[in-house]
Amino acid sequence: MSTRDDVLAAVRAALGPDRPLEVAVDRTYRDRDPLPPGADVVDLFAERVADYRATVTRCSPGDVEAAVAAALGAATRVVVPDALWLDVPRCVPDHGLSAAELDAVDAVVTRATLGIAETGTVVLDHGPGQGRRAITLVPDLHVCVVAADQVVAGVVDAVAALNPTRPQTWISGPSATSDIELDRVEGVHGPRRLHVVLVTG
Amino acid sequence: MGRTFVGMPPFPVAARTALADSQLRRNLAHATGTIRGKRAGAVAELEDWEDLGAQAAAVKDRTLAHLDEHLVALEEALSARGATVHWARDAADACAVVADVARRHGIDEVVKVKSMATQEIGLNEALAEQGIAAWETDLAELIVQLGDDLPSHILVPAIHRNRAEIRDIFRTRMAAAGRPAPDDLTDDPAALAAAARLHLREKFLSARMAVSGANFAVAETGTLVVVESEGNGRMCLTLPDVLVSVVGIEKVVPTWRDLDLFLRLLPRSSTGERMNPYTSMWTGVTPGDGPQEVHVVLLDNGRTRALADEYARQALRCIRCSACLNVCPVYERVGGHAYGSVYPGPIGAIINPLLRGVGQDPQVDALPYASTLCGACGDVCPVAIDIPGVLVHLRTAVVDAHRSDTRPTAEALAVRAAAWTLGDARRLALAEKAAGGAGRVRRGRGMPGGRGAVSWLPFAGSRWTGARDLPLPPRESFRAWWRRGGGTEEGRR
Ligand code: SF4
Repeated sequence: MSTRDDVLAAVRAALGPDRPLEVAVDRTYRDRDPLPPGADVVDLFAERVADYRATVTRCSPGDVEAAVAAALGAATRVVVPDALWLDVPRCVPDHGLSAAELDAVDAVVTRATLGIAETGTVVLDHGPGQGRRAITLVPDLHVCVVAADQVVAGVVDAVAALNPTRPQTWISGPSATSDIELDRVEGVHGPRRLHVVLVTG
Repeated sequence: MGRTFVGMPPFPVAARTALADSQLRRNLAHATGTIRGKRAGAVAELEDWEDLGAQAAAVKDRTLAHLDEHLVALEEALSARGATVHWARDAADACAVVADVARRHGIDEVVKVKSMATQEIGLNEALAEQGIAAWETDLAELIVQLGDDLPSHILVPAIHRNRAEIRDIFRTRMAAAGRPAPDDLTDDPAALAAAARLHLREKFLSARMAVSGANFAVAETGTLVVVESEGNGRMCLTLPDVLVSVVGIEKVVPTWRDLDLFLRLLPRSSTGERMNPYTSMWTGVTPGDGPQEVHVVLLDNGRTRALADEYARQALRCIRCSACLNVCPVYERVGGHAYGSVYPGPIGAIINPLLRGVGQDPQVDALPYASTLCGACGDVCPVAIDIPGVLVHLRTAVVDAHRSDTRPTAEALAVRAAAWTLGDARRLALAEKAAGGAGRVRRGRGMPGGRGAVSWLPFAGSRWTGARDLPLPPRESFRAWWRRGGGTEEGRR
């Protein structure tokens, strides 16, 4: 017998011939509003992203490039993915840069798949305008452009909208650790700074 | 590197040593106090918290009832997406798979994402025997590994270390493992985190193979999920060419949308945040993005033994949030090492006996007793595991397993003596008189509710009062009161 057969046989033996009765799952939680009464989805998103000590700037569609340039500050090498559709200063297009090459880059600019107000989370599925996973990981500053109409209320809405076959990265603030006396410190291995440019109007 | 829990003394012995370490108790009280406060705030934000937990428990129970079908579905989905699926009956099987993958690529160094399953199977030690170095990349795991120490908490394995101790470990041990700590390293947590960042970046950039676990595995799609904070997980899951994930068979959830419960419960219950900084999800191989060779090892290692226990199988719902550790008065005082396992605290007290079986190892058999049954763990558990109920259930199992032993245990002797006393009216009357007398002599410490307590009894009794207060017996026993006419209006006055 293979280890596969052994494990499956052990599972079946453990459950026995009479399987426990079906347990019903009540899905009404999906219909409940996850936000405080009266909260505005976009405002709350901005507030909760900022709670993680990320920077949030709001701008109108016409000012995105200026807002991104301002967010980049003094960064001298900026990697950008395909199909970003933004003019980014000092940019290095990602044509399969190695990890070591990415380590020599200061910042990355991407778009996002959606934002979640309930948790202040940005989700990337690494499709067009977002790039493969490594480019938003190795550089120290991540500037992420999110459109107001991409923001959903809760985690329930986000999971329903996302495509599970895409690789995903859910980002809630800059990298952080609480491993030393449970004292939160921002900035370990991922980008130490997260800057969300929220495009409204 | 490579200390293990093998040969640890049973809990009562180990706890005595731990209790004597006042630094340890200060570190633990500070850390668990902080996390309890944060968690309470994050949980209070969701009005339907209890319901979410109940539904998550239902999802897990349903899944366990048809675990074989979900595992086969998971295997199919993973294979369809280009992942190689392996099955492991036990630790040896699983470690062999990982070592084999490394050997086929001529790899002698792997980076690791913090994972309870790989600790449980002793993967690092098994790989070391094959000449393969496994580097822990989670900050707390790094502290434990460099300090040649043992983990003492599920979420924060170095919770027993304070900042000064961590600085000393980095200063003296980092150089032997790679890039040394800066000469002017202080004990500021930000400086310590920065030192870890520099030390590990070298390893991430050159690593060819990573080993991870998974918080969830979605049967329907083959998606694996890793929840983390630092970005070391993303580094390991993204940069190397080869990725092997060791996943306990109870980690499976049926559908993608089931994640909408667990991704809300886990971060709030675990670190007390609305969401953890990073969650990575991947479904087999994505061409041009991340590891191009993906292996998944489905691990039993005692899980089917736990599954066979119809009542206690609820322990397999556990999502390893560690909330039960943080609220446990026993854990807070003795720390994690005394439990002698990578799973300490209340969950450790039930999962170790369930995975390993009772009646063979005194260390394991002592664990269900490492609790006051105060109930805090069961109240806080986000997937509604009745931990106190399972503890009591396992105590019975331990006693049952020892029924045929030739030498009775101390508890058995005590209970037998009690039965002898209680079984005869005359003997009971004598014992009551003696106890009432003792109460009059030694009314010392008070008990909650203003009740008196006996804090010292002569031998035999002292085995009990050495560690606990015995509630003071009433001055008059029920039997004496009854004889005096206590059952009548008259006697009640
Ligand atoms: S038993 Fe419950 S509280 Fe304890 S770690 Fe598991 S899920 Fe969390």
